[in-house]
Amino acid sequence: MGTPGEGLGRCSHALIRGVPGSLGREGEGVAVDLPPLDLAKAQREHGVLGGKLRQRLGLQLLELPPEEQLPFGPLLGDIAVVHGDTALITRPWSPARRPEVDGVRKTLQDLGLRIMEIKDENATLDGTDVLFTGREFFVGLSKWTNHRGAEIVADTFRDFAVSTVPVSGPSHLRGFCGMGGPRTVVAGSSEAAQKAVRAMAALTDHPYASLTLPDDAAADCLFLRSGLPGASPFLLHRGSGDLPNSQEVLQKLPDVTLVPVSCSELEKAGAGLSSLCLVLSTRPHS
Amino acid sequence: MTTEVGSESEVNKQDEQIGSDTAQEKPDEEAPESQQNPSSEPEEVKSPTSPPAAVVSKSSPRSQKKEKDPSESRGISRFIPPWLKKQKSYTLVEVKDGVERKEPAEPLLEEAAVEKDESAAEEGSMARGDAEEVLERKRQGVRADEKEEKHSVSSAETQPAKEDSKEIEVAKVEGIQEEKQEGEAAKRETKEVQTTELKAEKTAQKASKKIKTVPCKVILLDGTEYSCDLEKRATGQILFDKVCEQLNLLEKDYFGLLFQENDQKSWLDPSKEIKKQVRNLPWIFTFNVKFYPPDPSQLTEDITRYFLCLQLRQDIASGRLPCSFVTHVLLGSYTLQAELGDYDPEEHNSDYISEFQFAPNQTKEMEEKVIELHKTHRGLSPAQADSQFLENAKRLSMYGVDLHHAKDSEGVDIKLGVCANGLLIYKDRLRINRFAWPKILKISYKRSNFYIKVRPAELEQFESTIGFKLPNHRAAKRLWKVCVEHHTFYRLVSPEQPPKAKFLTLGSKFRYSGRTQAQTRQASNLIDRPAPYFERTSSKRVSRSLDGAPVGVVDQKDFSGPAGDVSVYGPGIASHSMFQDGDGRREFRSPTKTPQLQFTTEGKKNSLRVEGENIYVRHSNLMLEDLDKTQDDILKHQASISELKRHFMESTPEPRPNEWEKRRITPLSQQTQGRKDHLFKMDILPVKEKQQIPAAPIVEEKAQEMDKKRAPTAEGPCSGANDTVKSSHETLNVVEAKKQAEVGKEERVITEGVNGRDKVPPGSDPGETRKVESLAHKDSPSLSSENSSSSSSDSEEEDVGEYRPHHRVTEGTIREEQEENEEELEEEKEEWASKVVQCVEAVPEASSVKQITVETVVQENVVSQKVSGEKSLKEGDEQDMREETEEEQHRVNGEVSHVDIDVLPEIICCSEPPVVKTEMVTISDASQRTEISTKEVPIVQTETKTITYESPQIDGGAGGDAGTLLTAQTITSESVSTTTTTHITKTVKGGVSETRIEKRIVITGDADIDHDQALAQAIKEAKEQHPDMAVTRVVVHKETGITEEEEE
Repeated sequence: MGTPGEGLGRCSHALIRGVPGSLGREGEGVAVDLPPLDLAKAQREHGVLGGKLRQRLGLQLLELPPEEQLPFGPLLGDIAVVHGDTALITRPWSPARRPEVDGVRKTLQDLGLRIMEIKDENATLDGTDVLFTGREFFVGLSKWTNHRGAEIVADTFRDFAVSTVPVSGPSHLRGFCGMGGPRTVVAGSSEAAQKAVRAMAALTDHPYASLTLPDDAAADCLFLRSGLPGASPFLLHRGSGDLPNSQEVLQKLPDVTLVPVSCSELEKAGAGLSSLCLVLSTRPHS
Repeated sequence: MTTEVGSESEVNKQDEQIGSDTAQEKPDEEAPESQQNPSSEPEEVKSPTSPPAAVVSKSSPRSQKKEKDPSESRGISRFIPPWLKKQKSYTLVEVKDGVERKEPAEPLLEEAAVEKDESAAEEGSMARGDAEEVLERKRQGVRADEKEEKHSVSSAETQPAKEDSKEIEVAKVEGIQEEKQEGEAAKRETKEVQTTELKAEKTAQKASKKIKTVPCKVILLDGTEYSCDLEKRATGQILFDKVCEQLNLLEKDYFGLLFQENDQKSWLDPSKEIKKQVRNLPWIFTFNVKFYPPDPSQLTEDITRYFLCLQLRQDIASGRLPCSFVTHVLLGSYTLQAELGDYDPEEHNSDYISEFQFAPNQTKEMEEKVIELHKTHRGLSPAQADSQFLENAKRLSMYGVDLHHAKDSEGVDIKLGVCANGLLIYKDRLRINRFAWPKILKISYKRSNFYIKVRPAELEQFESTIGFKLPNHRAAKRLWKVCVEHHTFYRLVSPEQPPKAKFLTLGSKFRYSGRTQAQTRQASNLIDRPAPYFERTSSKRVSRSLDGAPVGVVDQKDFSGPAGDVSVYGPGIASHSMFQDGDGRREFRSPTKTPQLQFTTEGKKNSLRVEGENIYVRHSNLMLEDLDKTQDDILKHQASISELKRHFMESTPEPRPNEWEKRRITPLSQQTQGRKDHLFKMDILPVKEKQQIPAAPIVEEKAQEMDKKRAPTAEGPCSGANDTVKSSHETLNVVEAKKQAEVGKEERVITEGVNGRDKVPPGSDPGETRKVESLAHKDSPSLSSENSSSSSSDSEEEDVGEYRPHHRVTEGTIREEQEENEEELEEEKEEWASKVVQCVEAVPEASSVKQITVETVVQENVVSQKVSGEKSLKEGDEQDMREETEEEQHRVNGEVSHVDIDVLPEIICCSEPPVVKTEMVTISDASQRTEISTKEVPIVQTETKTITYESPQIDGGAGGDAGTLLTAQTITSESVSTTTTTHITKTVKGGVSETRIEKRIVITGDADIDHDQALAQAIKEAKEQHPDMAVTRVVVHKETGITEEEEE
């Protein structure tokens, strides 16, 4: 089961999925009320993200091809929850997004992960409602994820405590909080974010430091250890172009190399860093 | 001697026969006989039992004695204090046994006579038996009857062979039957009667000796069984020690014995007799880990770790400890390494692994992976493999979590997990809430409900009580016990003494009696023996163990007693306060002071009292508190009932993110509780105001003077310092009386309280009661006027109806409670009385007390002045005064907002002066921070010292103006030797809010307690509890018995 905490973020591969043209077209997405989006810019951002993952972080990058029928395909963080050697294929709240799982499942399977799937018709789970802290899971009960979905997370990752956190507001749990280090939770300053953080603090057996960022979206960051053990871990986060206010606070995080990226255009489609890529290790126990 | 021996042998034979032939018939025979001789006298008895009697000669005196005992107990039993009674009951039991044995034996007498000749050998054995018994008893610390001892000694001389194993067996069987039949007082009595009648003393004796052993089986962690014979009256500890000895286990505090009853498993209480806990025969136990060490690497011995491993393997294989696939594989591989050693391809063919069970659903794939990993562990010693196993197992989220099925207030199925850190709430596999021990103020259960009272969350103003519904009463009690034990084991340095001042103990007296983790760690550091050799058995056996099922899952309908049980009911409240008094007295030795303290608490606690009446009930150490909702809270409470309801809704799985933090699973009843408190406070308010009037003009600086003034006044009425206890009681009663004057709903409450009170004192001292009453009368006129005003506030109470069920419950509960205390049903009351007496006596014995006031101040947002000068809570009185001044100031400033409400509780205290004697007044003020004056009441000989440490900083503005008091609450908790009263005040001044927490920690104990250490610990804890606050002031007040020299 690895070493808790210290194993957080260990990864060798990253999985992304290209941005289809359908993402930018109004009415074609699931959420019709999304603001219009500059498709080219979104694709550019996506490309840069892939580049950083590969070159800056040194990860093996796997890119699934975009599919026009799956406008939200790039948000594959909603499609799977990966920890250790196990990948839980989710059952997204939006029925239109459920076909997205196929490609992701296959890829993860090919990578040698144990695939778990949600058979329960009553369960809904978006992957970005799941936060793994290195020691335990928190599952946000948001408008996308229900109790049953959370229960399946608990069933899948049995070694860990899985706690539910009510999430209010318009975003997923990961939309406003993330891990800034093995023992550090970063969270936005919105009401919803702070509430969730308090709830988590009450539920955990492990003390975490908590860092509050001005912007919720800035807390949607990825703590990654892609290098050799002992090498400084990375924090993939939204850069100053996107969220200038939060940069200074992020500097406070100790012992991480900050890797800023931008995804302000993709954000219009509801994407965040946690949803734009899946990271995993093919040698979870090494 | 010869004769005696002869008789003995006869008996033996009879027994044998009975055992083989008639054992089953016995019960029937018994019944008629028992009816025959209610009033038989010793001499008469002899004649009926002639056959055995003939043989007997020496034994007659003895028999007489025996007879005497039962009769005595019968007659007097109701009036003698419980401890005395207990002895008696022991004897009775023995006698009983004898009788029983005897009865069946009679028909067989002839045969027995024939067989006399054989007796020689048997004699020896008998004697042996006796001797053994005696030994055992001594070991147990049980008092054996003189006669018996003598007898055994004498017979012991004969000691030759010992081949009466058969006999013993018989005895066991019979004993078992007895057990079934007995168990209730009434039955016992009949048996006593029988005894008298029968008078076959020798027979009785013999029989009883034999009967007293009961076969007992313990299933060990490796699946093997350990059998032994236990004396019938053996305590759990005896068996446990035997088992540990058998296992060669020294670090045994982590373990315990489980027994199954009505499909539920319960821990055998080591301090109690087994037979009182285990109703069913045969006695079968499983040896299990009771407290999972959070860090097994800190265990001293490998053998301990080994047993822990065995337990965990069971837990895992049974599914109780869920693991992921990977973890199953990993742990399985360590198991193999530990039990089989290095992987050997020749020896370990593909089948070797399927003998082991690693997981509830073991697959081929899993086994293959296990083998794969096993190969990589080459070179690990068994002990190392075990350690690795534990290192991984301990991280599992459910490691050491004891799950109990329950429902929340909405009837949703949840599980309560008790663990080292606190209480976890699960729905399905999901953790939906968590209450760390420090957050829990009180745990109680009543009927099948289990309640926890928790500190207010950060943004909340009031504590909440959360109720859970357990499948039944027993389950609730078991959960409560497990909580008490876990809390004690993991959180306390040393276990709390079982309640000494027994006022409080109307409810369960249960406390964890073993060593705490801290103690056991200390002890195991001292282990100095070569690592014991032990054989690791194959864990395949493990899966066979009976232990698969989680403890306490099942419903049990057998418990015949009334469903509920409450440990502290209406009277309990009274008792509670009394306890405090008693305690206080002990601690302080200053009678005068005690009442005051009492009252301080009382004031706030009126609510508490009410609560107690309605709901509360059992206190475990941590939670002797009472926090009462401040009025503020209550208002809020009322105002937001609907909101609350919404909160309740949230406890359902449906996500209600917004209100998450406020989520409550409190049943309605609990809410009303809050309201009741409110009610009470309202009532009392007027009183306070009145009292306040004199104080009003006085400014803080004058506080000291005020105190002084007041002190004398207070002393006046109670000049007879002797009746410390009384005084305190009286105070309480007065309050109650006052209340009585009030209107309907309240009256109900009051009455109950009164009743409770009555119950207590009657035995102890009626005089006291009278006094109280008179006092009440005195007070009542003055109070009456106020009542009118209070009644208006009463009108706020609309849902009075909701209270009623509680009342009813309460009353019902008393009975139930008693029944629940399996053994001493009726003794409860007597105990009470006797305890009261005891306490009074105990007072002078109290040796030394330290009172420590730690004030912590948090400054939220910005700096602010100390609101109202520092209060050193040393004395209730003083505190009250302070409070008043504080309030006064607020008013003066015109900043009054919630003020009245907030201060209310404290003000109540002021109503007591007539009753209270003040022994000592200490004031530390903004202006002067050291201690002040002490007045000693003549009778009490104490030495007091007060030292104040204060951090210079925050003091500055204290004197001048206080902000607006937002909330004030008081929380009291008790642990081993300390009583902590936490007083939290929140004030706002000029937009700056300040939270001030004052803790008064009373450390009580004899000289052997290291007070300084305790103090240090207390301060440390205070700091830990409020990491974000600063300790601004520490006042140490030490009170010492003159006789004993104090360490400083």
